[in-house]
Amino acid sequence: MNEKVIYVKNLVKKFGSFVANDNLSFEVFGGEIFGFLGANGAGKTTAIRILSGLSSPTSGEVFVAGINASKNPEEIKKQIGYMSQKFSLYEDLTVKENIMLYGGIYGLSKSLIKERTDNLLEKLNFREYGDKLIAALPLGLRQKLAFSIAVFHEPKIVFLDEPTGGVDPITRRQFWEMIYETAARGITVFVTTHYMDEAEYCDRISIMSEGKIVALDTPENLKKLYNAGTVEEVFIKIARPVNN
Amino acid sequence: MQKVIESTDISKAFGSTKALNDITFSVDESEIFGLIGPDGAGKTTLFRIIATLLRPDNGEMKVLGQDCITGFKELRRNIGYMPGRFSLYQDLTVEENLNFYATVFGTTVKENYDLISDIYSHIEPFKKRLTGKLSGGMKQKLALSCALIHKPKLLILDEPTTGVDAVSRYEFWAMLAKLRQHNITIIVSTPYMDEAMRCDRVALIQNGLILSVAPPQKIRDGFSRKLFMIKASEKYKLIIALRKYPGTVTAYPFGDSVHVTFSDDRIDESLFRFLSEEGLSNVTAGETEAGIEDRFLELMEKGATA
Repeated sequence: MNEKVIYVKNLVKKFGSFVANDNLSFEVFGGEIFGFLGANGAGKTTAIRILSGLSSPTSGEVFVAGINASKNPEEIKKQIGYMSQKFSLYEDLTVKENIMLYGGIYGLSKSLIKERTDNLLEKLNFREYGDKLIAALPLGLRQKLAFSIAVFHEPKIVFLDEPTGGVDPITRRQFWEMIYETAARGITVFVTTHYMDEAEYCDRISIMSEGKIVALDTPENLKKLYNAGTVEEVFIKIARPVNN
Repeated sequence: MQKVIESTDISKAFGSTKALNDITFSVDESEIFGLIGPDGAGKTTLFRIIATLLRPDNGEMKVLGQDCITGFKELRRNIGYMPGRFSLYQDLTVEENLNFYATVFGTTVKENYDLISDIYSHIEPFKKRLTGKLSGGMKQKLALSCALIHKPKLLILDEPTTGVDAVSRYEFWAMLAKLRQHNITIIVSTPYMDEAMRCDRVALIQNGLILSVAPPQKIRDGFSRKLFMIKASEKYKLIIALRKYPGTVTAYPFGDSVHVTFSDDRIDESLFRFLSEEGLSNVTAGETEAGIEDRFLELMEKGATA
């Protein structure tokens, strides 16, 4: 649990004269569920692109799974998983084809893919769906499958973008239980979301405003600190952007 | 009081998918009426029928006293519709979009400016900017201004707060509350249960069926059991243990705690003993008030077993 899966020190990212990330420093540990919050335009996307090896910092130190993001961004990509509520799976491929595609991209052997696919379908109670097109699956099942595929290659860390937005309350809870189970296995879960009730499920959360991290603690401590009943109230108190 | 929307046994299918099943409800004048349900529940289909953009297979939809099929021309002049997908012209400026919508409805921005001033003033400094270059929160405010510019009697908002940050969502609901002073009836959909509390009445919708229609407080009060909130240091282990406990009826994660109901509606020493034997530490438990989401879960479960 004390392994630092993300280590960020004095991260600065500039686009011309615009400072998108202004001296960020934080750490995320193995098996932790970390919520990364902020208003539109606060700089979250910029930071996540750096953490996932898609962009490099202007200055500062960033290590993800022990890999230096400035020197080896390509290596980082192999160690992470990603899932977004907006895009997840190819609708015109079957469940098994999607798994095979992602497994192949991450360089798993055919025999390992087959073995893990069988286990996964068994675990999700998905046997009957293996040869069905994603398009034919109910939304809740798709989301669960998308998450399972994002951690199929056993990454050190998985990034989730608004993972349960718009999902019904029962599916949503099944989904969070999958996240807990994944974290309990030691995989770090990094969640970004606009929905503060999703933030309540995280072990710790950070709140960004105008390129800076303005709060970082457990949801419980932040609520105490800002004398608020919910994370949403905390957010509204401290994340108000200058215009809209 | 005049009913602004009267939906009677409305059904709609797309192929073998039943999007709406015998939907019956009504909306009163000047009400903020919320349609709360997950993606795929049928919210957009219902809104498109109300907005005269889609014909139901069965049933009758009356809006502002007119039938949605025979009275569509008259109705469209009196309805403001903000679709879920952003649909203003991205290559027009803020000002051009607003003028365009005013002109289409035979009015001018000047004539109805007082109605939109609260909302539009936030984006007016950027009126020469291309709409495609606006932030999410600004787009949302412009879309609302355009839906209001012809002074509609009914405003239909399809998931206006999806993808918008919490601060903008908060401001948006404050704006809707202000519109009530202009006698505009609002029907608004959202997948987010917490927004239900801001409506006068809400309908919970799931799989094309309305589960319940009532003021939000009444919906919460409808929760049939005593609800307990339990916390422990090991969250995931706690859920698993609670499900194993013989007296547990339901156990759902809710943020940093688990919401639990018991068959005898109470907690006693045996629960704490059980959890301690399961290896859990720092266990705290107490009764809590059910929220909209607790009630929604209960109604969904009843639907599943019925």
